[in-house]
Amino acid sequence: MADSFKVIPPRIAPVNTEGLIPWARANLFGSPLNAVTTLALLAFFVWFGPIALNWLFFKAVWVPNFDTCQAARGSGACWGVVAEKYRVIIFGRYPLDQQWRPEAAMVALLGLLVASCVRPFWKPWLALLWLAVLALTFALMGGGVMGLSRVPTDRWGGLPLTIMLATLAVVFAFPIAVLVALGRRSELPAIRTFCVIYVELIRGVPLISVLFMASFMFPLFMPPGTQIDVLLRVLVGITLFSAAYMAEIVRGGLQALPKGQLEAADTLGLSYWQAQRKIVLPQALALVVPSMMNSFIALFKDTSLVTIVSLYELTGAMGLALNGDADWRPFKIEAYLFIAAIYFTICFAMSRYSLWIEKQLRRSTNR
Amino acid sequence: MIEARTPPPRRREWTLRSRALRGVLYQVLAIALIAGAVWFLAHNTLENMRVRGIQSGFDFLLQPAGFDIGETMFPYESSDAYWRAFGIGVANTLRVALLGIVLTTILGTLLGVGRFSPNALVRGLCYGYVEMFRNIPVLLQLMAWYLLLTEVLPDPGSPLTLGGAVFLSKGGLSFPVPEWAPGHGWAVLGALAGVGASRFYAAAARRRFEATGIPRSTWLPVLGFIVVGAALGWLLGGAPEGWRFPESGEAAVTGGGEISPEFMAVLIGLTLYTSSFVAEVVRAGIQSVPRGQVEAANALGLPRGRQMRLVVLPQALRVIIPPMTNQYLNLTKNSSLAVAIGYPDVVSISNTALNQTGRAVECIAIIMGVYLFTSLSTSAFMNWYNRRAAIKER
Repeated sequence: MADSFKVIPPRIAPVNTEGLIPWARANLFGSPLNAVTTLALLAFFVWFGPIALNWLFFKAVWVPNFDTCQAARGSGACWGVVAEKYRVIIFGRYPLDQQWRPEAAMVALLGLLVASCVRPFWKPWLALLWLAVLALTFALMGGGVMGLSRVPTDRWGGLPLTIMLATLAVVFAFPIAVLVALGRRSELPAIRTFCVIYVELIRGVPLISVLFMASFMFPLFMPPGTQIDVLLRVLVGITLFSAAYMAEIVRGGLQALPKGQLEAADTLGLSYWQAQRKIVLPQALALVVPSMMNSFIALFKDTSLVTIVSLYELTGAMGLALNGDADWRPFKIEAYLFIAAIYFTICFAMSRYSLWIEKQLRRSTNR
Repeated sequence: MIEARTPPPRRREWTLRSRALRGVLYQVLAIALIAGAVWFLAHNTLENMRVRGIQSGFDFLLQPAGFDIGETMFPYESSDAYWRAFGIGVANTLRVALLGIVLTTILGTLLGVGRFSPNALVRGLCYGYVEMFRNIPVLLQLMAWYLLLTEVLPDPGSPLTLGGAVFLSKGGLSFPVPEWAPGHGWAVLGALAGVGASRFYAAAARRRFEATGIPRSTWLPVLGFIVVGAALGWLLGGAPEGWRFPESGEAAVTGGGEISPEFMAVLIGLTLYTSSFVAEVVRAGIQSVPRGQVEAANALGLPRGRQMRLVVLPQALRVIIPPMTNQYLNLTKNSSLAVAIGYPDVVSISNTALNQTGRAVECIAIIMGVYLFTSLSTSAFMNWYNRRAAIKER
């Protein structure tokens, strides 16, 4: 028996799958095609990267000097245009010596927005804080109180206006959206029909036509002699527009709720509004938080459209700053990149936040 | 034995506390409120129009428009009636929307599938693209593209050129087009015949596959049928060879087919923006296919490309279609932003007409009507397609 015993050769160690090199082997050079793709892309980066970096940073002109910018044209960006014009781009036509006011208003509003994003602030008094800060924002921007000079709304502009429009539209559109979504699932045919018509009508037309309506037709709608501020009209337009989209999102959440929940509420003898408030809406709204955040992002981007009806929010203010200035006009593309970066930062932060919230919600359901 | 109790009669209680009565009350209240609001608005509008002396009605559509349009798909002069101008606007909107939808679908699908590439660089690039383009307002993108196309490109007098046939400059893109001859009509007919033939071929290939299990390639023969059909038609029609070439002159490029910078900017901007959303839709659709499907395909020995084409994508399609419809509708509606860079779409024409005639209600109604019609018909078509792609339950 003993001579049949043989030591089998040791098995070769398994291929290492941890670390940078095995990762690169799997993800960059997994197959011949893969390797060719990697090399081609790397070649592209090596060729294009330096050009882009030079233009963006190393050969760019940072001082607001027109002649230096002109000399660097084609090889380097002229960020001097931003340094020269940033006041108009950020604050629009707001009086120059009063610009600390929109600055302060923006800081207060942004601070509150950021604070509202985290759990420790999710308390009932947050609503009161919101009211206070909104009142403060209007007081700071409009003036007329506390010894501040009056600034008419047509001089408001730039980033503060963008943030205000987006925030107010969300604040007003959300309750409308919830009501319309409930109405669309109501058992009462008349109310259901109105909600369906409203949602489908608004979702079928572009925002720009709603804004045209707000700026050209709204004055006709009001009793002769009444003047309604253009900012308010546009705000109403944006609010009604986004409420229709949000209503559809809320409806999705309502539909996803099992029928048994409402039946159980009926069994307990809750009234319609009690059932909606205590059973249906808390669950349905939690389901739709990610899509809701997407629609907030869309709304924030959509505020750029009000420039077409001549309100100078961030996009409009940029045009205002450069269109009339023949010297700096050639460097408009740099200004575009600057405000694109602002939009991107805010939208990207919102979408990251939405991912975080999604994770929080998942944690509460998958225990 | 106990008698079965008769069920209580089903009747509605019309007391103040009953749901039925309150339901009726709420509805009457809602109707009254909305009717009141509509009456209030209509009354004010009529009153305002009377006070300001604004005329109303659509009769202005028959009057001469009196303005020129930069890009027309049909013959048009400034002395033509308003309705013709509106027609051209609608055609321009549809042209950019349809082309945009086709390009967006292709680019968006590539980007979405690219998120699952085995190559990490490709995955990263697709991710970066999506995040960058969807977080910047589309209006800004359109304006930036327009600026690039009209400022950075060389003057029309000294255009960029590709082999002396295609020219690109601030004046737009010029390219050669075939001189129209009856032979081209024949070629189109031939191509159509090729499509018909390939349908027969596909049916035959399918029958054979179901009978024997041997798959037959369908792409190559179909392409062959169409190309051969078109070529035969072209030969039959006398093989017309005339081309209209653009020529680079002193100050401008003339002749040939032309694409204006406005059209290019709108098309590029809308396509790049919407593709980033379509890519996310496609990615979500692919992720919704259970992993077991891919593993089963792996076990069967299908190569990666065919796994995607035969197993994953057909199942993902069901999840993809409804949100994809939304993106198509968004693209069509966003094409209204063309007004900001002067592409003569229906919004821009209406805006001009509004400023000339002062008939705000009518012009805005036309814009809304056009978009409502396209939106509703697009969603009807996509619903039909959705039903076709849905799971056939037996």
